[in-house]
Amino acid sequence: MESERDIMGPNPMSYLFAAYAAVWIILAAYLFSIHARKKKLRREIERLKRRLDPGT
Amino acid sequence: MNPEARRRLDTVLGALLAAAMLLALYMALLQAPRERTMGDLQRIFYFHVPAGITGLIAFAVNFFASLAYLIKKDRKWDGLALAAAEIGVVFLAIVLVTGPIWAKPVWLVWWTWSPRLTSALVLWLLYVAYLLVRNYVADPDRKAVAAAVFGVVAFVDAPIVWFSIRWWRDIHPSPMLESGALAPEMRPALWVCIGAFMLLFVYLMRRRVSLETARRDVEELHSRADLGQ
Repeated sequence: MESERDIMGPNPMSYLFAAYAAVWIILAAYLFSIHARKKKLRREIERLKRRLDPGT
Repeated sequence: MNPEARRRLDTVLGALLAAAMLLALYMALLQAPRERTMGDLQRIFYFHVPAGITGLIAFAVNFFASLAYLIKKDRKWDGLALAAAEIGVVFLAIVLVTGPIWAKPVWLVWWTWSPRLTSALVLWLLYVAYLLVRNYVADPDRKAVAAAVFGVVAFVDAPIVWFSIRWWRDIHPSPMLESGALAPEMRPALWVCIGAFMLLFVYLMRRRVSLETARRDVEELHSRADLGQ
């Protein structure tokens, strides 16, 4: 009878690790991109508010 | 909702999401029993399937929000549609990356042009195109109309992805919950992971929609600044 190691190749755990790492990397990159875009917009809002109302 | 209450809700949602994700990891990697043929490799399934389901839900939200925009012409629906499309692309990217990582040791190939895999890749490309199309139309209202029409048409592929493994013979595993192929001891882990991904979807939607709201504020301030000159 073939063992799991024979079927899956030398190290099936490395595939499991790679899959879960990919999930977290994709999610972290997306959250970072939202955060960076929001930060840029906030700066833009502050700049425009100052331009519209220089007294504040 | 006032900004303070919104911030508090975001904190609670963030804490719930962190707890749900930790529980999902525990269930998927430790609690669920080891599968007989594939061993630990099968555990990829606990994040792959929920990401696919949530991605399809995101595209459904995009579809209904696009329809709502075409009917009501309210920009908030366009913002919701855009947020859902972007998050759907992220979830489907997870599916398209984790699937081949699972397939390589099991099918001995990273990719094969089976109906499920091909329709899923086409769906992902359609929504990437949806996001790109928005960059090529400058006028915000025309952009929203073009995107809404594109979103409604692109969604045609979503049911094809869902039903492909039911309609055609496919190398991709059959729907596990419906066919009863998933052992009862493995089901709690799958449901917890689906729940965690749903929560993640809600969390990301809130963050992404608030980004669109800020973008509309910038547009409004720009037009006020231009009028004032």
